Amino acid sequence: MSESDDWPLWEVFLRGRRGLAHQHVGSLHAPDPELALQNARDLYTRRGEGISIWVVRSTEVHASDPDDQGPLFDPPADKAYRHPTFYRVPEDLQL
Amino acid sequence: MPPTYSDESRELAFQEAIDSDRTVEPRDWMPERYRSTMIRQIAQHAHSEIIGMQPEGNWITRAPSLRRKAILLAKVQDEAGHGLYLYAAAETLGVERRELTDLLLAGRQKYSSIFNYPTLTWADVGAIGWLVDGAAITNQLALTKTSYGPYARAMVRICREESFHQRQGFELLAELSRGTEAQHEMAQDAVNRWWWPALMMFGPPDAESPNTAQSMAWKIKRVSNDDLRQRFVDMTVPQARALGLDLPDPELGWNETRGHYDFGPIDWEEFREVVGGHGPCNLQRISVRRAADEEGAWVREAARAWEGRQQGRMSAA
Repeated sequence: MSESDDWPLWEVFLRGRRGLAHQHVGSLHAPDPELALQNARDLYTRRGEGISIWVVRSTEVHASDPDDQGPLFDPPADKAYRHPTFYRVPEDLQL
Repeated sequence: MPPTYSDESRELAFQEAIDSDRTVEPRDWMPERYRSTMIRQIAQHAHSEIIGMQPEGNWITRAPSLRRKAILLAKVQDEAGHGLYLYAAAETLGVERRELTDLLLAGRQKYSSIFNYPTLTWADVGAIGWLVDGAAITNQLALTKTSYGPYARAMVRICREESFHQRQGFELLAELSRGTEAQHEMAQDAVNRWWWPALMMFGPPDAESPNTAQSMAWKIKRVSNDDLRQRFVDMTVPQARALGLDLPDPELGWNETRGHYDFGPIDWEEFREVVGGHGPCNLQRISVRRAADEEGAWVREAARAWEGRQQGRMSAA
């Protein structure tokens, strides 16, 4: 086992341009935050994909359980009234 | 050695960046006054969403049908969510939500004066959705272009979610307006009471708004109070006509030369009274919020205690 296998995994987030939020683009291994940023720059921004990078230890990301997808995300399905198209208003008004 | 910059040259560079329409992001250098203005404005906006749950929440148990009740619940739930987006945006500037909540409860930060008016009848729920949310959307659409990135992004999200708020209010009033005579009168009465306070939501006239110039220069504000108010009036007059309801202003009329609707003078004395704490519901709004904070304290403590115990278990394992 090479030493780099021991390096922790980091999740990488890029801001494409000013005004946009950071978005997840992938992950990488690095021994510390500084090198994680450096590696992220080399790995994910070779074509000007970003102007700002966030790195977060993968173990710090807590995710929902894929098996819970239904119970978690189905409830809004029958709540059509949360959408503007649910309401009938005259079309020529700015509503 | 890297060059050192004076605050003055930094401020110049900051203004240049703003002038070229660059957004400001949390880690950027910014003038202290920009930061404090931004914190105050976002906090005030967040407080408005949270306090704004009360006037409408007042009608949830008395909504006239299951359909209307579900809609009203969804709307009030949205306001809570919008408050949370905004507190989170404020936190990117280095304050904590708790500090802001404490300032609100101590009466040291304000919220929109509109929420100090009572909701006397069911039609008020419609008038709030149509007029108050309509005014809020007009203001917030302009703010999607504000210079502070996290605030602008919160506005985009809020505007997208809020478009149903105004429509449900319009639809509710349309039903009442076309209903029995008593229902029509109730709708008209609600519009009579909410119209002027809704116009006040855009703030004092430009000539008397001392912070406007700096806020416009920093592009915190992109459109002035008076221009936003005009935009709202122009949009709302045809809607009132479609509803078959009158707006309570005898001077309201189309001005051919301006290409806008003229409207009568606003009672700024009333505005100052309400902002100054003497509106019909100021005390009630804060005391309800304070009670909610106190009564929820044990939940927050229990969650922390549970978290602490989990941590203990993990380190013991």
